Amino acid sequence: MYFWHFTEMPYPHLPDLDTISSMRVNLPSKHFDPKIGADLYNRYLDEHLLADDLGLNIMLNEHHQTATCMDVCAPLSAAILARQTSKARICILGNPVANRANPLRIAEEMAMIDCISRGRLDTGFVRGVPYETFAANSNPTQTVERLWEGLDLIVKAWTTHDGPFNFEGKFWHKRQVNLWPRPYQTPHPQIWITGSSDKGAISKVGERGYIFAMFLQPYDKVKDMFDTYRASFVEHGLPGGGGLAYMPLVYTAETDEEAEKGAKELTWYLSAKTEPQFRNPPGYVPVAFNVKALQGTYSGRTDAVRTQGLEYLREQGVLIYGKPDSVAQQIKRFYEKVGGFDHLLMMQQAGFLSHERTVSSMTLFAKEVAPQLKDLPRTKPIRHAKAA
Amino acid sequence: MATIKKATGKKAAAKKPAAVKSSTKFITLGDNKIEVERRGSGKPLLLLYGEEALELEAPFVDELARKYEVIIPSPPGFGRSNRADWVTNMDDIAYIYLDLLEKLDLKKVTVVGCSLGGWIALEMATKDDSRLAKLLLVDPYGVKIGGPFDRDIEDIWCTHPATLAKLKWADPAKGKRDFPSMSEDKLSIVARNSETTARFCWEPYMHNPKLKHRLNRVQVPTMFVWGKEDGVVKPSYGKAYAKLIKGAKFVTVAKAGHFPQLEQPEAFLKAVKGFV
Repeated sequence: MYFWHFTEMPYPHLPDLDTISSMRVNLPSKHFDPKIGADLYNRYLDEHLLADDLGLNIMLNEHHQTATCMDVCAPLSAAILARQTSKARICILGNPVANRANPLRIAEEMAMIDCISRGRLDTGFVRGVPYETFAANSNPTQTVERLWEGLDLIVKAWTTHDGPFNFEGKFWHKRQVNLWPRPYQTPHPQIWITGSSDKGAISKVGERGYIFAMFLQPYDKVKDMFDTYRASFVEHGLPGGGGLAYMPLVYTAETDEEAEKGAKELTWYLSAKTEPQFRNPPGYVPVAFNVKALQGTYSGRTDAVRTQGLEYLREQGVLIYGKPDSVAQQIKRFYEKVGGFDHLLMMQQAGFLSHERTVSSMTLFAKEVAPQLKDLPRTKPIRHAKAA
Repeated sequence: MATIKKATGKKAAAKKPAAVKSSTKFITLGDNKIEVERRGSGKPLLLLYGEEALELEAPFVDELARKYEVIIPSPPGFGRSNRADWVTNMDDIAYIYLDLLEKLDLKKVTVVGCSLGGWIALEMATKDDSRLAKLLLVDPYGVKIGGPFDRDIEDIWCTHPATLAKLKWADPAKGKRDFPSMSEDKLSIVARNSETTARFCWEPYMHNPKLKHRLNRVQVPTMFVWGKEDGVVKPSYGKAYAKLIKGAKFVTVAKAGHFPQLEQPEAFLKAVKGFV
């Protein structure tokens, strides 16, 4: 199993949450103090450098117009870390291709970072969460299609080495595509895709040998999705051969008491406040889901998890915390429940969790938990008619 | 919707006074199947409903159906009409609806277009008004009046639902809809209408930058009716919009927001008397 450190780079120093209606989309930037921001950026990057020292990999992401995530350009962070780290793999999960103007810019940026890091880059691609459609002004009814069209164009650009090709798609027209530089890795860096419910998309991810990742979901839902992936996963994909990734919140401590304190701090992320209209823009989810929303039984993709208490979250594998042996056991239990996975993406920092406590948790995990898990077997494809 | 169910119109007819007859058919136009309701009898009146299709159950339509045959199509992606993948904006719908008029061989058609439907009506009239008699437009979207930093049309998707209700209705209580009590079939249509509106109107937001420059082509008598308390598109927008069409009339209805035809049906009918 591979271990990845992650923080969304939050800016938690906000006014009393009762006095603001939303942390996302429309929170005025007068609440952002650039001096505090400067400290936080440097601190979060320092923690990634520590991950490198500890033998953990690094995961980055980006969001826009939100206090929950100050990283507005994951390629910038990746570029810094490509130079400043030496061992860690760096995964951008992901590039919001549906929300960016030109997929070829992403292809170029990734190729450049891959070269600077000498092949340590993993490239994730995401559709973008609902509230991102407002910051990007992306049509929420089209982001799935944009993701796949953009990705196809990027892969073709990465793998074409004999001069320009033509592309006239639904969303992008490029008549002289000829990427410079090309990626360090051949044919290209491992591709990751995230998902939560769209099984058609998961099958496509499996068939292509991309890695499929899920965040902060209860284990029964994760197993259902992972099984779908395994059923369509053909093991002659790209280098690395695809695989499955899961992200819980993780806090490791010397005592149970300290672990619970840290875990509580991490749940800041789950309680991020957002006005209702930003949670489910029209057409973001299929009609059937919106029928449930109108009936009052569906309130957005992740609300079912977000409103739960610590014990429930731990039971479901969304929040993992405790002393090192307990953390290892909880992850093994989750691994068994979902039928195995390959990449543990750990949100080890969120909200107000201090640098000292983040470092302590990361260090304990790397030294005492990771050795207990690293040899867990990798995902096996379920052979089905199509794969045979 | 994966499949298009046969609509008989029976259900809708049961709710209306027995005097108004209604039937619903699907009409194939190229690769789109358009659901068309025909209600009442008389000269043809094309009713282009707004993005929420609230007009379908409104008393003012039955009033019109006593004098006209009211023809109510559902645009591709709305109601039970399918949407071919190439249909992405009001321009496309206008051409499809012009084909519909031709297919049904309707002439001297009075068009009543509400909100999004008003925008479609103008897109049609700028392309070909030879089958049209007149246009009645109720709080329509469709053009941009101000500059890049001006918000001409309130951002309905970024506004808190409670605030939005106050912008749409003079009396927000009138806009309340009891969704949990509706059938799944009906809710599917509500969800489809909302999704398709976003698909067509997300960017450019609720307008076609070209339309303003084509309005000189509208030659048929045109009347704008505006809710005096419309907070989504204010009467000042409506006034400026009407000025872009030669000879167009502009009237307001008091104690009404974005839907004067629904909120003040009597005052609305009084305001348009003599025109339709």
